[in-house]
Amino acid sequence: MTDATPALSPPSSPRLTPAFVIGATLVGLHVIVGLITLFWAPYDPTAMTGGRLAPPSLAHWAGTDRLGRDLFTEIMVGARIALAVGIGAVAIAATIGVTIGLLAAFASRTVDDVLAATLDILIAFPTLLLAMLIVAASDGASLGTAILAIGIAASSIVARLTRILARRVLAMDYITAARVSGTGWLGIVRIHVLPNIWPTLIVNLALQFGLAVIAEASLSYLGLGAPPPNASWGRLLQEAQATVYTAPFGAVAPGIALVSLVIGLNLFADGLRDVADPTRRRR
Amino acid sequence: MADLLNIENLTIHHARQPLVSGVSLSLAAGERVGLIGESGSGKSLTALAAIGLLPEGMTASGSVLLAGQQVIGAAERDIVGFRGTAVATIFQEPLTALDPLMRIGDQIAEVLRRRARRDGRSVSRADVANEVLALMARVALPDPTRLARAYPHEMSGGQRQRAAIAMALASRPSLLIADEPTTALDVTTQAEVLKLLETLVREENMGLLFISHDLPVVGAAVDRVLVLRAGELVEEGQIAEVFGRPRHPYTQGLVEAARAFDHAIGAAL
Repeated sequence: MTDATPALSPPSSPRLTPAFVIGATLVGLHVIVGLITLFWAPYDPTAMTGGRLAPPSLAHWAGTDRLGRDLFTEIMVGARIALAVGIGAVAIAATIGVTIGLLAAFASRTVDDVLAATLDILIAFPTLLLAMLIVAASDGASLGTAILAIGIAASSIVARLTRILARRVLAMDYITAARVSGTGWLGIVRIHVLPNIWPTLIVNLALQFGLAVIAEASLSYLGLGAPPPNASWGRLLQEAQATVYTAPFGAVAPGIALVSLVIGLNLFADGLRDVADPTRRRR
Repeated sequence: MADLLNIENLTIHHARQPLVSGVSLSLAAGERVGLIGESGSGKSLTALAAIGLLPEGMTASGSVLLAGQQVIGAAERDIVGFRGTAVATIFQEPLTALDPLMRIGDQIAEVLRRRARRDGRSVSRADVANEVLALMARVALPDPTRLARAYPHEMSGGQRQRAAIAMALASRPSLLIADEPTTALDVTTQAEVLKLLETLVREENMGLLFISHDLPVVGAAVDRVLVLRAGELVEEGQIAEVFGRPRHPYTQGLVEAARAFDHAIGAAL
């Protein structure tokens, strides 16, 4: 038989790169810490538990802030807030973005052009400005408005990516074959389009998660995120700014927390592709 | 008996530019018809118009009766109902004709389940799985149980084209449209796939519309041939007649070129 091929290897397990393992570990640590704060924290995050601006010690691992609150506790709670915003924003971005992107990909050329132009305008619109508008339109800054603002801003990027990816899939012969055999467009989305754009999409969503964490810190830094006494990392950084020369650890500690989560998310996103795409597993 | 496909005076426009003009062809059950011409001559467009899947921006006029139903001007949802039973397609590049992220067995099973739903039958998982393996054996795929779990990138080009043929067969079409089905394959695999197609078309009594620019391949696959040039039909007739005594200068050129190529190979050997 001339069709004989290179022998098939048995279905292989995903290749785990060191970067992926490091990323997953960093993200995992933050998730565990965030979950722990739901039940327990070293101190009450709002209680004054020691001297003001105390340096790191056995009692206060990251020192205390200008009101004498335990910084380590606040950073732990901050992880929970950062993750909650990330999850919320990515969920909003994925829902709105994928839906609009798919509609644009399937729409007639005129509708698609209008949607694409709208997306380009939205992408050019700064997230912070959008957040301010949303805060101004609602009762005031809260965790909810921050999630909504970041989610909507990210959804335009997700929509544009989805549209491009879906268009590429729709141009394939297997879509024509599926249409010939009578598959409706919902069936084509479910069976062919979503599985094929998923590996790229999930990587982008993980990157959006990291951007959402940074965006949340920026919003709270500007006072547009979760209002005090919520211990957002952005608020901690902003409060530490005035005393950065006398008590540098107040800025360094939340900074390390923020950077380690975002780096972890990015490494995780890179490795995710190999896990999500079976054609990349065996190399 | 009505023709499986009856195209009359088909004209396809794109931005007022005619791409195909005045093409007519008919195809009855069990008949094998070839459509030849160089790239851009409108072969594939004619086939797409026949199944009502012209790319956006192109308009077709004339008449296309697929299984007795008018395709031109019909709404997509009206066509969807009968297209699956009337016709199946095989494409040039089997790698893009198969979903890269779906196991081969699942892709064939999907077509089987859709057919069952259309017929209003309910089928069990085991029935579908058995029919998938039977179809894969039918197209002579080796070790169907193992290949059913393979992804397209884990198979050879010939195996992929066989899998694509199995998918086409799964919908039990009365007409098979093969658009350059052997062009992407090496010569030995080409011969095998052609033979397989020929056997299946005969055994299932399907009609075959075979599109190719490769004269010897067309000669081996069909009884009757239509020659297309720049969107117009220039010659039509039985294979022996057209290839033996081409009337139109263009066809003469094509046949000459194929013959010269054969001679060149003969001389080299």
